[in-house]
Amino acid sequence: MTERIGVYVCHCGTNIAGTVDVVDVANWAAEKLKHQGVVIAREYKFMCSSLGQELIEKDIKELGLTRVVVAACSPHLHEKTFRTAAKNAGLNPYLVELASIREQVSWVHSDKTIGTAKSKAVVSGAVSRVIENAALEEIKVPINPNTLVVGGGIAGIQSALEIANAGFHVYLVEREPSIGGHMSQFDKTFPTLDCSACILTPRMVEVGTHPNITLLTWSEVTNVAGYVGNFHVTINKKARFVNEELCTGCGICQEKCPKKVIDDVYEAGLGYRKAVYTPFAQAVPNFPVMDKENCTYFIKGTCKACEKFCPTNAIDFTQQDQLINIDVGNIILATGYDLFDARRVSSYGYGRLPNVFTSIEFERLSNAAGPTSGNIVLRDGKTTPKSVGIIHCVGSRDKNFNNYCSVICCMQGLKFAHLVHERTGATVYNFYIDMRTAYKAYDEFYQRVLEEGTLFVRGKVAEVTNAARKESEKGKLIIQVEDTLAGKQRRIPVDMVILSSGLQPRADSKEVGKMFGISCSMDGWFTERHPKLDPVATMTEGIFIVGCAQGPKDIPSSVAQGAAAAARVLDKILQKEVMLEPIKASINKETCSGCRICNGLCPFNAIAYIEDDKISDINPALCQGCGTCVAACPAGAISGTGFSDAQIMAQIDGLLLRNLITA
Amino acid sequence: MNAKPKFAMYWAASCGGCEIAVLNTHEKILDVDANFDIVFWPVAMDAKYKDVEAMEDDSILLTLFNGGIRNDENERLAKLLRRKSKILVAFGSCACEGCIPGLANLSPVGDIVYTAFNTITTDNPNEIYPRTTVDVPEGELHIPTLSKVVRPLEQVVDVDYFMPGCPPESHQVAAVIDLVIDVIKGKAELPPKGSVIGVGNSTVCDECPRTRNVKMVKEFKRIQDIAPADPTLCILEQGVPCNGPATRSGCNARCPQAGAQCIGCYGPAEGVIDYGARLITAFASVIDANTPEEIEHILDGIPDPTGQVYRFNLAGSLMKATKSAWEKA
Repeated sequence: MTERIGVYVCHCGTNIAGTVDVVDVANWAAEKLKHQGVVIAREYKFMCSSLGQELIEKDIKELGLTRVVVAACSPHLHEKTFRTAAKNAGLNPYLVELASIREQVSWVHSDKTIGTAKSKAVVSGAVSRVIENAALEEIKVPINPNTLVVGGGIAGIQSALEIANAGFHVYLVEREPSIGGHMSQFDKTFPTLDCSACILTPRMVEVGTHPNITLLTWSEVTNVAGYVGNFHVTINKKARFVNEELCTGCGICQEKCPKKVIDDVYEAGLGYRKAVYTPFAQAVPNFPVMDKENCTYFIKGTCKACEKFCPTNAIDFTQQDQLINIDVGNIILATGYDLFDARRVSSYGYGRLPNVFTSIEFERLSNAAGPTSGNIVLRDGKTTPKSVGIIHCVGSRDKNFNNYCSVICCMQGLKFAHLVHERTGATVYNFYIDMRTAYKAYDEFYQRVLEEGTLFVRGKVAEVTNAARKESEKGKLIIQVEDTLAGKQRRIPVDMVILSSGLQPRADSKEVGKMFGISCSMDGWFTERHPKLDPVATMTEGIFIVGCAQGPKDIPSSVAQGAAAAARVLDKILQKEVMLEPIKASINKETCSGCRICNGLCPFNAIAYIEDDKISDINPALCQGCGTCVAACPAGAISGTGFSDAQIMAQIDGLLLRNLITA
Repeated sequence: MNAKPKFAMYWAASCGGCEIAVLNTHEKILDVDANFDIVFWPVAMDAKYKDVEAMEDDSILLTLFNGGIRNDENERLAKLLRRKSKILVAFGSCACEGCIPGLANLSPVGDIVYTAFNTITTDNPNEIYPRTTVDVPEGELHIPTLSKVVRPLEQVVDVDYFMPGCPPESHQVAAVIDLVIDVIKGKAELPPKGSVIGVGNSTVCDECPRTRNVKMVKEFKRIQDIAPADPTLCILEQGVPCNGPATRSGCNARCPQAGAQCIGCYGPAEGVIDYGARLITAFASVIDANTPEEIEHILDGIPDPTGQVYRFNLAGSLMKATKSAWEKA
């Protein structure tokens, strides 16, 4: 059958037309690709507009088009638009092919001659390919109404509560013994100076008691299979050695435990906890966990003080890790961030000079519930500093460490300045590169701190040292900095230095991304579907990212994202079913020799080996059409719809203009 | 005598193994003689090119052409035999896909000749290199001119059937001879033109009796470096790059059955466009690594990837040759 193909070339305003002669491309396609079946080729200012779509729909109906090529932007953007238009006109949507002449041509070239020639080749490839396209039908599958939220910081808490309040079940998984995340470690939040715990803990309690939330703390996701609407998740619930059914959270075990351990997680190494502990008083859930590495019983085989004193016999030294399997329809990742390790900037002396503190250490120092009950003191635990230097951008905006801005550090530094001022009356210096106080009421806070008398030095600190050059510097930490406003080098002696460390992706973000089938940016933050228009979705349907897992952000933005992702999940749940692309792989039973190379590759566990027939087989319900096995099959026995060899070879021939009839 | 159909066999750029494979059919060779008039077979009988030229077009029923096209003489004979033959079979790996001589397509032909006469073990003080023409008292002598790349037969002339293998297994040769005799006698029909004959329809793994599991390779090694090799377990699973998963069946998995990895002489499985690309993707797919460094380290265990995955197939692959070989005459 001879195909009747329509070619539509988009100007995209000047986005494409600025670098590509779109009229020439359309005329060329009409003339040179006529023998391939092109019956009409048009150009239009904005093909994606309703008028542009109508143009295509009208041609399909009136000219009886059997195939459509739209030369416009990336398929990521508008493939769906044009497929829907084709469907509306009665053409199978999979007979539409997008030729990307924006992302792959106009945006990467400046020479119009080259841009036009390349556009012709791309269009030619798409025409040759579309002839080989097959009409496919979408597959409808039901959506499981349960949702998994990974990470119990403020972003994850927000997501979980929004979905649970709407009446749907949520599994909230948290790696640490309690939910609360970084926010639970802070004393005050900028710019309002709200008590962090006061605004956070009611939300934590709500999560802990919500009938629609299954809270799994001290737990980690170990495996994810399936696809949107039908994810199968395995969670490792680590042994707490405390029976949650019996424990009342009375705290007697913690009180009686004789083993003190430095708490480097919650107290940032400044305080102690017991070997059986809850990280903080308001922990949710309030069941303690046993730290096996430090517990005297696990080390020496004796003690069991906790067991003896527990009034409900909840201590269970025989408890084992437990694997829990759950089925969910959508997943929200709220896995947060790691603090930049200030030791890496060795010239700032953290870890070497005792009175250099990190931001999280200062948070604990200034926290009324912290190890010093909120007294800001030097490392000796008693001396109040008379002068304090706060260094911004530690590990951020620095090519040697992280190139990006960590967003929160300026405001954090200003908050610290205010707290030091308020509680000690010390002279405070802030060393900044640029002061970034965008967002509501942030700059007003900066003005306030200025008025309080904090001194600001604009310049990147070169070094923090204890090597005094003169009498007045003796016993002090000297901050060496170029004051770029005064235009001179300065040495400022202080008693205490606080490093406003940046945020960085979780150390295991790449592995976590791989497990959930989403990608990371070069820096390691999870990649959103679209940086502006789709910030909480990912390229994997049904997987959402919120809070700092997606990039550095403050509490209000994290909460907003948490709520946004919840809305997206609810939208999916309420649709009850999801249409899956009919792009699937299948195995030719005749040519499969059962070499089993594909068996370990499928990210969706869709491939099974049939022992009796000695061949492999693909479960079409599980296959997501990723193509991994199609590429890997050495015998060429696996083919993928939508990406057949015939389509790809035809496209290559078209790109190389081998499809043209040479006179 | 005249009633018997004519048979020819020719060798172009090949080693002679294909001829031996035909003779290795033992008494079956007598059937060939009984049913055919052998008109041209340089390795077995005396004949001159001019004798072939003198034959009528299409007068030879069956020509088994082995060897790739390496020089202008090969090309001339390929075209001549195409013209004279009803059925032209690309016989053996060289004619089908270039085989070992095809690996020469990695280098420009000038480099190859230079290297051949300049290796460390070559004593060539007068820097003598072969010339295609030379004047002698009796007149001008010619030797064939090397073409820039080795080409499988199909890239030079139209081919009716392909029979891969280095060499084709004798039982497969015998089966094909039987088939053609049956066709002559009207007892069978020829397969569709372009078919690959004397082969299975799957890959070597299909005929390999070894146990196969999900593969997780931590290290690639040579067969002689795994000791002791497990004779019942998939060779690839033991870390030896085995080409069996991508190679067409038909040989009864001879090498794996004898304890060695398949090197791929039966060429790509049906429907595979580029054998080497398939194979290297397959090897990459079984690597069990978490970091780029680990991947690099494991891949270092395949020191000559081209030789590993294109040993027989380079000239017949999608790329055919390196750019430098293709462009430099």
